[in-house]
Amino acid sequence: MNEEIGIADEPLLRVDNLGIAAGATPLVSELSFSMAAGERIGLIGESGSGKSLTATALLGLLPEELALTGSAHLRGFAPELFTAGDKAMRGLRGDGISMVFQEPLSALNPLMKVGAQVAEVMLVHRTVPTRAAGQRRAVELLASVKIPDPAQAAGAYPHQLSGGQRQRVMIAMALANDPQLLLADEPTTALDVTVQSQVLELISAQVSERGTGLLFITHDLAVVANMCTRVLVLNKGRLVESGDIDRIFTAPAHPYTRALLAASDISATDARGRLFTVDTAAGYVPPALREAPGTAAPAPRRAAAGPALITATNLGRTYHRARTKAFGPRPVVKALDGVGFSIAAGERVGIVGESGSGKTTLLRILAGLDAPSTGSAVVAGTEVAGAKEADLAPLRRQLQIVFQDPMGSLDPRMKVADIIAEPLLVPGRKLDARGREAAVHKMLGLVGLDPESASRYPHQFSGGQRQRISIARALVNRPSILVADEPVSALDVSVRAQVLNLLADLVDEYALTLLMVSHDLSVVRHLCDRVIVMKDGRIVETGDTEQIYNNPAHPYTAQLVASSLDLAEELAPTP
Amino acid sequence: MLVRIAGNLARFVLSLLAATLAVFALMRVLPGDPAAIAAGENATPEVVAGLARQFGTDRPLPVQYWDWFSGLWRGDFGISYVTRTDISPLVADKVQVSLILVTLAMALALAIAVPAGTIAAVRHHKPSGAVISAASQLGIAIPGFLLGIVLVSFFALRLGWLPANGWVAPGVDFAGFASRLVLPVIALAGVQSAILVRYVRSAVLEVMHEDYLRTARAKGLSPLGALVRHGLRNAAIPVLTVTSVQFSALIIGAVVIERVFVIPGLGSMLLSAVANRDLLTVQSVVMVLVALTLVVNLLVDVLYTIVDPRIRAAAQGAR
Repeated sequence: MNEEIGIADEPLLRVDNLGIAAGATPLVSELSFSMAAGERIGLIGESGSGKSLTATALLGLLPEELALTGSAHLRGFAPELFTAGDKAMRGLRGDGISMVFQEPLSALNPLMKVGAQVAEVMLVHRTVPTRAAGQRRAVELLASVKIPDPAQAAGAYPHQLSGGQRQRVMIAMALANDPQLLLADEPTTALDVTVQSQVLELISAQVSERGTGLLFITHDLAVVANMCTRVLVLNKGRLVESGDIDRIFTAPAHPYTRALLAASDISATDARGRLFTVDTAAGYVPPALREAPGTAAPAPRRAAAGPALITATNLGRTYHRARTKAFGPRPVVKALDGVGFSIAAGERVGIVGESGSGKTTLLRILAGLDAPSTGSAVVAGTEVAGAKEADLAPLRRQLQIVFQDPMGSLDPRMKVADIIAEPLLVPGRKLDARGREAAVHKMLGLVGLDPESASRYPHQFSGGQRQRISIARALVNRPSILVADEPVSALDVSVRAQVLNLLADLVDEYALTLLMVSHDLSVVRHLCDRVIVMKDGRIVETGDTEQIYNNPAHPYTAQLVASSLDLAEELAPTP
Repeated sequence: MLVRIAGNLARFVLSLLAATLAVFALMRVLPGDPAAIAAGENATPEVVAGLARQFGTDRPLPVQYWDWFSGLWRGDFGISYVTRTDISPLVADKVQVSLILVTLAMALALAIAVPAGTIAAVRHHKPSGAVISAASQLGIAIPGFLLGIVLVSFFALRLGWLPANGWVAPGVDFAGFASRLVLPVIALAGVQSAILVRYVRSAVLEVMHEDYLRTARAKGLSPLGALVRHGLRNAAIPVLTVTSVQFSALIIGAVVIERVFVIPGLGSMLLSAVANRDLLTVQSVVMVLVALTLVVNLLVDVLYTIVDPRIRAAAQGAR
């Protein structure tokens, strides 16, 4: 290679003209960049932009059916990465370059103890002499990624660890052989906010301690701002812009970068109090140029004054686990424990909390999809506790749900028209076929979809469009309560803003009472007047949204607020 | 883990008890009085009544059940109403024959299907993989008895390498036993391995797309190394299920092969007992089949528990 250039000037990684194509369809084209030793580069873009493919190509693990062109060189590794062949690359993988994946549960072998999985990467590369030494080193590594009781954790199977601990195991495994380059592919997307910030901190600390180069892939701009010094913005497989974080996030040159930034900055709103979308991004001012972060006050909201529409009193829900001892009681899990609150008509309430906090259980009970073990819940005049399916008919008309996964919650074999019209078939609503068709078309128009969409199937739509279909289905029967379970967490940022704006518009137009579950505090803050904070099946705090964010009373709420990464705050100059 | 196995054992015992009741009840529902059948068409009512007293079929049903049930624990199935011989030693012989035949056939089928199915999965987009898949489709379509007849006509009649049929107990003449076993085991294993190849292939294909296999590759393992170290044990779980179901079905399903090779197995015994309206023998054989199926299920449950730690701690998600 470039012998005349001194080793210190030689970049750690140099990628030239990377191209990936599936047949005649280019997936990534003309991507070139270089990384200095120990540099941290963020690779951002929406789903389908080619981020993960780029990382997979660097590891030499692209599926065989994809064609790869261009070249890549890693310092200290003579062959060119894309033509090196599997045998040479095997020596590099897990040793010179390693990778942390998005979903830590599925990325670990469920039938193998995690200690053995960590030790394996050292045994493969013979960086430890014996199996026993590998085990000892694995325990040390687990300790270094701050897993409590590492010796015991080494003997555990992946399903016995929490999500955050599993990702720590993955990081320990990736760093076991002190690689020069760490590829991290959305490593915190599947984790709770408080866990996310801890894992990011861990990656940050480990990478700077070892001087490892980091290529961090994410769609979350706030995370990039937190982790990286330089970003590459990918759109449809092409590099549209690259540069230092500060420059890109304050003075984006490319319209796409500006649009992405506008859509992810949930604290910024336009004149109507709506989030910026790709279409309205021209009016967006990047955070560092505004006076101070957080000053863009959300739109003023109507004070809720209506009568109580939802009243929960002392709600409890317990599950029994399988016996672990032959005799004695079965272990009991309290998913909900003494939960009580009341929501007035027209209020917008957010429920926040981590996975396992009971927020989804609460929603299911209020929607009449699950029965509480104790207590009572009166929703739109219907008592849910102990109700039979027939008693719930009025509730089913009054309350509708939008679920998290717009793919999984729509029947793939039903046409969109039938999906949206289905709620109209409830007993008591006598609409003929023509009336249903008119209602479907009206709803499609309302959620911003073509009338032709009616004759198509869910898989023919993008994630954001599918969520619009879900919303149309939920609202076709003119309910008074809309319940949304993480409605935007499966969507890309640019789409997220559009769907949130749509929800805000429709809630206004139909004077809906909104109850939204989210782990994303900024989403709740944008859309809701009031917040209920849950932990371990209990409500720890409840109150006015702004007050809770600015003045959290409970330590757990304070921790949640502090862990939540906000783009404006990440970019604000630290005093 | 031990709690789970104890639970499996308890369920096994309860199922077995329920099965004795079900089998007994089923046999009583069938039309035809055993005494009348045994006495023949022209017998006087006195003769029939005498036989009924002799068989004990004139007693109340609970007493008959208890009599049969308590005999089961001592390994005593009673005396056949038709042949007037003790059923137990006969059943014991046939069970031994069937188990040897089926166990060897399943073992051979697995020995063929696991590597073949794995290769078919690894090379699923190459011609060699497609050839294995096509061969397995063909294998499923060929009836086992046809394969048996072809094997006999070639290896026994034309080449004369092996005996065409018959059965010798292993204790009597081991060489004769083994040589007579080769063809029927191959005939049985042929279809079974063709079926299992499909399941092994789909299980391995599924595992190949798992994230943890990608992780293994990212650690620097070779494609085959990753599959062997991380994939096969995961793929074993669904294959185990199919194997157990096939095994249970084959104990009785081997009857056609038993006929072709003149092997005195459990299936043949059941078939002739039904033909002779030998009620008590039918009842005994069915009971043995149920018991064997339950034992196989118990073994598979215990194997699951050993293979999969998630089942071991099934605490998660149970209600």
